[in-house]
Amino acid sequence: MSLYRDEGVVLRTHKLGEADRIITILTKRTGKVRAVAKGVRKTKSRFGSRLEPFTHVDVQLHTGRSLDMVTQVETLRPYGEALVSDYPRYTAGIAMLETADRLTQTEKEPALRQFLLLVGGLRTLVDGSHEPRLVLDAFFLRSLAVAGYAPALAECARCGADAVRAFAIVAGGVVCGACRPAGAAVPAAETIALMIALLRGDWPAADSAEQRNRVECSGLVAAYLQWHLEHGIRSLRHVERTDSTQNAHVPHTWS
Amino acid sequence: MYEGVVQNLIDELGLLPGVGPKSAQRIAFHLLAADPAEVKRLAHALLEVKEKVRFCRVCGNVAAEQDCRICRDPRRDPQVICVVEESKDVIAIEKTREFRGRYHVLGGAISPIDGVGPDDLRIRELMTRLADGAVTELILATDPNLEGEATATYLARLVKPMGLRVTRLASGLPVGGDLEYADEVTLGRAFEGRRLLDV
Ligand SMILES: [Zn+2]
Ligand SMILES: [Zn+2]
Repeated sequence: MSLYRDEGVVLRTHKLGEADRIITILTKRTGKVRAVAKGVRKTKSRFGSRLEPFTHVDVQLHTGRSLDMVTQVETLRPYGEALVSDYPRYTAGIAMLETADRLTQTEKEPALRQFLLLVGGLRTLVDGSHEPRLVLDAFFLRSLAVAGYAPALAECARCGADAVRAFAIVAGGVVCGACRPAGAAVPAAETIALMIALLRGDWPAADSAEQRNRVECSGLVAAYLQWHLEHGIRSLRHVERTDSTQNAHVPHTWS
Repeated sequence: MYEGVVQNLIDELGLLPGVGPKSAQRIAFHLLAADPAEVKRLAHALLEVKEKVRFCRVCGNVAAEQDCRICRDPRRDPQVICVVEESKDVIAIEKTREFRGRYHVLGGAISPIDGVGPDDLRIRELMTRLADGAVTELILATDPNLEGEATATYLARLVKPMGLRVTRLASGLPVGGDLEYADEVTLGRAFEGRRLLDV
């Protein structure tokens, strides 16, 4: 039995017994950790809202036989507070948490890059400067890249040719006319350009994309992601898309 | 492992929420040692609740008839609806004696990660109730945790075009907890101090 301390983002919680919860945290150094938080559902709990999903916490844990135990927790950034007042951003954020959870299969296996991506994604989502679905798609593409599944976007995934015609999930990205499998989607060139911009973090280019290219991009990214994850992302179906013409609007509750 | 019927009972009890294997065993042995009449009363109560209790067709609360006791009570203010996640929240709020309006039980909270979206809750039924314009205030009393807040945000945005007063229980309710665990005084105060929700 030993104590350890780490920082992490709460990915999800499960009710346990009468008043406890099992908390899944993606930590910076330890990787994904599942731990019991005693009495957290009681309204007088000393943990309060600090162990709610999205919260970036500094946490002290006690190693247990099967599950660790949360002994102390301090909030570093309460991302949930800002996200919960904006439904489309909230649903995009939940899809990020679920994806981070799914891409870190093994508990206590360090996943620093996934952790940094998640924190960066949540911060961008909260600051409100980009359409939430774009932020989510950027997070998906980069998470896939970190997991070793980056889609080929510049040249044919099969032969490396420059003249690219279609997007084939099974081939691992864009393909040329000769390599194109039957049934592969033929997205607009602007859509592929948007995917490249999101993967690179080129926000000026991404923000200027047309709505139809954004929608097409989301469809391809979602299909690609679902194909690489065994069971798909459940929350993706519930992610709301805002109209990009309104994305300059930042709710006043965000300070 | 125990003899068939005893193990059966332990297994069944262990399926109940909040009952772990140890508690299931403790309850099973309590029942084994208990007076047969006492056990019969319990068995009868279990069967009766499934036979007689249903859900109010108006508000979704548990009811012994088609409509629940609160929806049938003419003294309850029909202009104010308090939206809660579960029937047990109705009981918690009734204990405060602060609220004289009616309820709407959603049957849970929006939880995309568990595959629960707005369509899986009694939101359409709520919109139907609001359609005739008789309701002037909607109190969102979903749990003071992330899912409860997100559900409140969703509902506030949904009813915004209807122009009614939308409020959220506020002061004193510690975030992160379940509504049912709030004591009566705190919950009563949260009712008095409810804030206007502007989305
Ligand atoms: Zn090729
Ligand atoms: Zn009723």
